[in-house]
This record gives sequence, structure tokens and C-alpha cells, in this order.
Amino acid sequence: MKSKTALPGVPLMNKVTCVLVIAAYAVLQFMQTRGMLSASLRGMLVPICAYVVMAVSLNLTVGILGELSLGHAGFMSVGAFTGTAAAMALQDLIPLAPVRLALAMILAAAFAGAAGFLIGIPVLRLNGDYLAIVTLAFGEIIKAVVNNLYVGIDSAGIHMSLLNDNTHLLPGGKLLIQGPMGIGGIQKISTFTAGFVLVLLTLVIIFNLVSSRAGRAIMSIRDNRIAAESVGVNVVKYKMMAFVTSAAMAGAAGALFAMNYSTIVANKFDFNLSILVLVFVVLGGLGNLLGSVIAAAALTILPEALRQFYDYRMLVYAIVLILVMLITNSPAVKALYGRRFSGKEEA
Amino acid sequence: MTMVNHLINGLSLGSVYAIIALGYTMVYGIAKMLNFAHGDVIMVGAYICFYAVNQYQLPPVLGILAAVLVCTALGVVVERLAYKPLRAASSLAVLITAIGVSYFLQNAALLLWSANPKVFPLFFTSTRINEAGERVVVRNLEIGPLSVSYVAVVTVAACIVIMLALTWFTGRTKLGKAMRACSEDKGAAQLMGIDVDATISVTFAIGSGLAAIAGVLLCNMYQNLVPTTGSMPGIKAFTAAVFGGIGSIPGAFLGGMLLGILEIFAKAYISTQLSDAVVFSALIIVLLVKPTGLLGRPVREKV
Repeated sequence: MKSKTALPGVPLMNKVTCVLVIAAYAVLQFMQTRGMLSASLRGMLVPICAYVVMAVSLNLTVGILGELSLGHAGFMSVGAFTGTAAAMALQDLIPLAPVRLALAMILAAAFAGAAGFLIGIPVLRLNGDYLAIVTLAFGEIIKAVVNNLYVGIDSAGIHMSLLNDNTHLLPGGKLLIQGPMGIGGIQKISTFTAGFVLVLLTLVIIFNLVSSRAGRAIMSIRDNRIAAESVGVNVVKYKMMAFVTSAAMAGAAGALFAMNYSTIVANKFDFNLSILVLVFVVLGGLGNLLGSVIAAAALTILPEALRQFYDYRMLVYAIVLILVMLITNSPAVKALYGRRFSGKEEA
Repeated sequence: MTMVNHLINGLSLGSVYAIIALGYTMVYGIAKMLNFAHGDVIMVGAYICFYAVNQYQLPPVLGILAAVLVCTALGVVVERLAYKPLRAASSLAVLITAIGVSYFLQNAALLLWSANPKVFPLFFTSTRINEAGERVVVRNLEIGPLSVSYVAVVTVAACIVIMLALTWFTGRTKLGKAMRACSEDKGAAQLMGIDVDATISVTFAIGSGLAAIAGVLLCNMYQNLVPTTGSMPGIKAFTAAVFGGIGSIPGAFLGGMLLGILEIFAKAYISTQLSDAVVFSALIIVLLVKPTGLLGRPVREKV
């Protein structure tokens, strides 16, 4: 078992990442105000921010904690639905959109974090592939439940029901979450600036976590759980800390993502989305947050950039994915780049 | 009687899951990888059979044979091109590659065969003469008050035969023993003169061939074939394999059967929409009580 630092040259690399993200925001914002961005790219700015936050937060679980999670989209779903429902309920109370958005994202993060905690209790008792399959199962359960959830609000408070609409709202009440129809008529209050702030906040939180005592404990669990346990690291506590932080950030990303569209349905946040985010993390490099940011942004744009080969673009995407994995894992390239691209060592 | 009917439907769905799970579990046992593309091999098998029967008017038996041959070849080629170079890489790298292969197969199917759903022909029927003297196609076998579809009978029988054959194969034949040796310890197996690469290829070939059979049986049950037909059964079968203890052949059989029965009963008595949630909750409960699945061997960690 060879141990390695999650981020080569920790403090400098963190600064470089933050500076690059700020620079990218400044350039894109400048181009946007000058009308230099195509309509399709403009529409993708907020989703890119959401995917970047998803990738960075999943990297905390997969790259830094070292546990494979296949249900990250579930937390995004929890955040998307609670955040959007909250924003709609608060529409008359808080007229200022940015404040409403911020509040919705905080609530979304809180709910997703709570979901992460509840799910973490059983999940974190398991290891390896079994942990992975249980996160997959939870992702599917969240999708099935949200798909059949009805939530309404009226003067008497919040009403909920499962499977059928039994909310019996008073006149003047509003049905917020409509089962398989999801949430409709969302005000699109997510902005690129809000997305940028969330990305930066996520990066700062994870950088601080990683370079703290808790972060070192988390990485020691990844590198050798038994050794960490034997020197007194509370494995369950630190695993939970990483898992809940990751879930909360995915929740905030979900709220940001959802309020960029007018309708949102639970089926959007399925297994394929979890896998997509995992692809960003692995291609960007495990434990490498800058890599996650770049991979998430590049791979979100790639299918769009391939639009001229419309029919073939997903096929090309698949081939690119396979080739990148084959090339970055070939012994010759590995020797060249040293440990940069190497994944987690198997115990 | 409805309860017995649900049980039979559950057994037949469970048999399909079990056949897919057998492929999953064998590949996992030997290559220690989660082959996420396995579900899409099911879909390819179903399409090959569909075109062989509908376009080239082959009899169903030859259609199934064609599907098995194509999928076996596909499994071996995919293993050689995409997975073999990553034998020494981390398990995550292999997982992502498998996802890439899965995307590739789905999108290739989309281009080749379009997204329009195909209505799969029924293979397992009988005809009888009704009161008006016309020939009618009968899908169900009537045994007293029970009505069992022919496809259910064939599926369960196929599953039992496959499971017995695999047990015999891995327990009694030289190649099967080589397979078990490789899954125990590749290095030691190589030192004993076993060709590890060839053994892994054979495992992929068997798994993919089984997937083709599962695809044909699945499409005979639901008759709807689209390029994403294989994904959900693939995930469910993977769940079944873990449920029974991944790497164990009887475990995959048991897990598949239990999962199929549970799904049909959840659909019938709890809710159609929440059946998946019930199935996955059961998986979580089983793993919490028995972390290596029902028939999985407990793994001791050496310090």
C-alpha cells in the first residue's frame, strides 16, 4: 500500500485552482456581456456550474475518502426538490430573487446533508463494492420516492402525501411537488454568478477540510483503514463527515440546477446522472479537485461541441471515454506522468 | 389462486434476472470488475434474435443461436480491446471503461436500429381450434384453475438447466476448475500452468452468451425492444448477484429468484411505482444483516 497526498503541493495547488476558476468566470462573464457567447453555450453556464459542484463534491467521497458512491444524483434530487419547493413557497415572502436563491440553496444543502446522514448510518458500515451497490440502491429509492411524492402548501401549513395526491389543500393553496410531474412553473432565478459563487464556496470548503486535521484523518482512512483505526482515528465519524459534506454540496448544486429550468422531474436525477458525475471525477483524477472542475466543464461542453455530428456525438463521447481510460492507464503514459493519473490502490 | 400466479410470474422474472446475474457473478469472480456493459449485451442479443427471425425468417431456435454466437463474440472482443489492457489498473478505471462500453453499445444500437420500439415476436405459444373452427394462438397453459404462460415455463426451465450446467462446468471440468483457480489467485494459477488470459476470455464468452439468452427470454415476456431495454434489468441483475453474494453461482440463482418474486409481489400488493424502492430496500436490509450477501463467503481482512 503506497500512500500519497491527495493534492500534489497542497496550498499552492489550491490557490491555483481558485485563481483559475475566478479567471474563467471573469472571462466568460465578459464574453457574455459583450454577446460573444452562442445561445447554447449561454444556456449551459449554470448547468456547468452545477456539474462542477457535483464533481468536486463527489471527489470528496470517491477521491479523498476513497469510497465509491453510485448514488450521488439522489442527493442532488433531494436538494433540487426541497430547494425549488422552498423558493416557490417563499416567492411572496421574499421578493428579492438572489436572497431567495441563496436561502433555497442553504435549505437544499441542509436537507441533502440530513439525507446523507440518514443514508450514511447503514452505508458507511459496509466497504468496497458492497458500499457502492448500497449507494446505488439508495439513489434508486430516492428517485422512486420523489417520483411519487406530493407536497402542497396552504394557509394551514405544508401537506405531504405519497403515491396519490391526498394533500386536500385549502382554497388558495398551491401544490408544489406533483409526483411524476415533478415541479412545474419554476421561476428561473439561478444565475451564472450564483453558480460561480457556489463553485468557489465548495472549493474553499473542501480545500479547508482536506488540509485540516479532519481531512488528514479522512485521507488516512482511504490509504489504510486498518492502520488508521489502530492509531485511534474514529473511522465512522470521519467517513460520515466526508459523506455528509459531499451530500450537502450536491444538494445545493441540485437547487442551482433545478432553478435554471421551468420544470424539473425526479427521473432526471437517475443512475445515469450519478455515473456521468463519476466519469468527471475519474477522468479529472481522483483527489484532484482542479481536474474535476476541468473535466466537468469540458465533458459538459463536449457533446454540445460535437453537435455537427449530431447522430454520432454520444458514440464519439463513448469512444473518447474508453480511449482516455486506456491511454491514461497504459504503462508508458503512467511512467511519464508518475503518480498524477494513478487511481486508488487496492488494499 | 392469484397469489400462485404472482409467484409463477415472479419465478419467471426471477429466472431472467438469475441468468443475467450468473454472467455478472462469473465475470466479477474472475476479473474482479463490475461489468456495467453486461446489461447492454442483453439488448444486443435481443436485437440480433429479432432481426434474424423477423427479417431473415429464421426459425426461433436459429435466431436464439445467432444471438448467442454474436454476443459471445462481442463479449470476447470487448474484453480483449477494452478490459484486458486495464488488467493492472485500478478497479475504478475499469469501471469507467465498462461504462464507456455501455454508452457505446447503446448508442451504436440507436444508430443501427433506431429508437423506435420493436415488437418482439412470441416464440412460445401453441394453437388450438376455437368454437368457430378458427385457429387461435394461445399464450397460456391452463392447468386446472391456473393459467401459466408458456414463456414462464420455458424461462424457469432454461434457468434451472443453465444453473445446473454451470455448477457441473465449474465443479467438474478442467476449464471450470481453471476458472475457479483464477478467481482465487491469478498469480498462483499462472504458476500452475493455467492460461489466465484465455480463461478470462472464456468467462466473458459464457457470460455474454447467457446474456443473449436472457435478452431473448426477457423480450418474450415484455415484447418491447428499445436500445435501453437492457439497462434496468442489468442493474437489477447486478443487485441480484450482490443479494445472493457476488462471485457465487448458487448465490446468483437464489438472488435472482428472490428479487424477481419480491418485485412481482411488491407490484401486486404494495404499489407498481414503488416496487423498485421495495426491491432496493430489501437489498439494503440483507446487506446490513449479512454484508457479503446471502451465500457469499465472509472475507477476513489480514492485517
